[in-house]
Amino acid sequence: MADIAETRIVTRRLHDRPDDSWTVDGALASGAYEVLRAVLAKGDRADVQEQVKLSGLRGRGGAGFPTAQKWSFLPADSFPRYLVVNADEGEPSTFKDRMLLERDPHQLVEGIVIASYAVQCNVAFVYIRGEFALGHERLTRAIDDARARGFLGRNVLGSGFDCDIVVHRGAGAYICGEETALLESLEGERGMPRIRPPFPAIEGLYAKPTVVNNVETLSTVPHIMHMGGEAYAKLGVNRSTGTRIFSVSGHVNRPGNYEVELGMSFRDLLYGLAGGVRDDRRIKFFIPGGASSQWLTGADEHLDAPLDMDFVQQTFGVMLGSGAVMVFDETVDPVLVAWRLAKFFAHESCGKCTPCREGTGWVEKVLYRMSHGLGRPDDLDLLVSVGGNISPGVTNAPFVQTTICPLGPSSVSCIASINKYFRDEVLERLRTDAGVHA
Amino acid sequence: MSFFDEPNLHRAREIVARYPRAKSAILPLAHLAQDQHGWLPPDAIEQIAELTGCTTADVLGTCSFYTMFKRRPCGKLVVSVCTNVTCLVVGGPEVLEHLEARYSTEPDVTIEEVECLAACGGAPALQVNYEFHERVSPASSEEIVEEYKSGARRARTVSGAPVG
Repeated sequence: MADIAETRIVTRRLHDRPDDSWTVDGALASGAYEVLRAVLAKGDRADVQEQVKLSGLRGRGGAGFPTAQKWSFLPADSFPRYLVVNADEGEPSTFKDRMLLERDPHQLVEGIVIASYAVQCNVAFVYIRGEFALGHERLTRAIDDARARGFLGRNVLGSGFDCDIVVHRGAGAYICGEETALLESLEGERGMPRIRPPFPAIEGLYAKPTVVNNVETLSTVPHIMHMGGEAYAKLGVNRSTGTRIFSVSGHVNRPGNYEVELGMSFRDLLYGLAGGVRDDRRIKFFIPGGASSQWLTGADEHLDAPLDMDFVQQTFGVMLGSGAVMVFDETVDPVLVAWRLAKFFAHESCGKCTPCREGTGWVEKVLYRMSHGLGRPDDLDLLVSVGGNISPGVTNAPFVQTTICPLGPSSVSCIASINKYFRDEVLERLRTDAGVHA
Repeated sequence: MSFFDEPNLHRAREIVARYPRAKSAILPLAHLAQDQHGWLPPDAIEQIAELTGCTTADVLGTCSFYTMFKRRPCGKLVVSVCTNVTCLVVGGPEVLEHLEARYSTEPDVTIEEVECLAACGGAPALQVNYEFHERVSPASSEEIVEEYKSGARRARTVSGAPVG
């Protein structure tokens, strides 16, 4: 495993300059805003869109939607229009955007200005998770410094293009990471998702055409413009081009963020980079794309699967989602993990749709008793049934969405996973706990 | 009677002016109110309504959705302990249990269980007034809280703004 290495593009500055990567001087000394200068000097908006399209860049927030396509949905000649940056990172076990906000805010600012230029937007909003106090402090400082140096504000670098950024803090609600709930929250409302259509590109923030992009996505844009879209697309595999930052956590020896070329195997990520499992134990299961994803196990076919968004979806019904990989060794009770995830979704359900509002609470209660020695023999089937009322398809994914947003279907991923991989173990234990002997 | 003091009232008007619609300022103004007062009392909600051209019901309706807004008095230090799955399997719940027992009789310290803080690379993790502390244990987490209490560490406001 000697040659397994990261491919640092978006994370290069923060590794190269650990002491000052977030300051304007540190960022300028390592090339910040040079790409912006070149883009504005060239003065070709369509070229930015074209390079991003050629790069194959897909959103890094979780859904993986092609970025250039999202931009292209904006209706021509409808102004004002807004770019909204989703910095409300809250998917359990994801911690890449926090790192980018705290340690390389100028890269994000540069990406925002380039993207705003491409889509003809003059005001961008960054919706940053309320709990990110340091990230908020450093980003607002970066914006002030960028404005003072002419990278932001009126007539950016003498180009005639005006662009400013408003930073807006959330206040503790996972659902606001969902783009339409985020827009509601930014408008001063409770963070409840909107029914689509209309999509945000047509009627988004203040009912104006709006693009919502993730922090990592926009942080990648300057590099695509620097390398050229085709060169960027040569990295990665199939429709999963480029690099992604994977947040690896749990029972690995070296948890942390690793930026790798897509197409690397889970095994190389977890063993080659993250140092393998503590005390040389085996992986019992891992969650490959944040809490909303279904799970994979320590089986070879899972560990050898490539980090390819479409491959893992089509082959195993799981997603790379937000790029978070949680590893659990053989000491872990999968039912306890499922219960804690269910508790999370029950807490974070916004309450707008009945299946999710009512269902997540029931799932949490049943999983609580199952994981605390109070289970009944038919509880697993009860769970599958209740889960099926939130999102039909628990035992044969893909799920059907009965709710406005994906939080409901996400909440049953853990049920599908324990039923698929640990059914016998769980049934045996439920019989034992209930004092029933086969 | 103004809830916001003079400098904050000035800041509040600046914040409202940032947005195409004043209602957008509800969240930032509620944070500002907590920075000043330590929690979000009814007279703050009334003044936020006035400043944003909304009813108090609108403002309360919005604010009650978000866990960071404390609508009852809370401690000067809010300790948020994560127990979501990564922290769950490496000792987060033990940290929470220890801190809850240790500070149960100290009104100046509020211990709360929270969802994932995006610090899983350093689990178990907690925040004190939104300052991150990673790889904590029951003993080290108590030491950290004590350092804030003694002033050896300077705490942010209860809404996470830097002080001084």
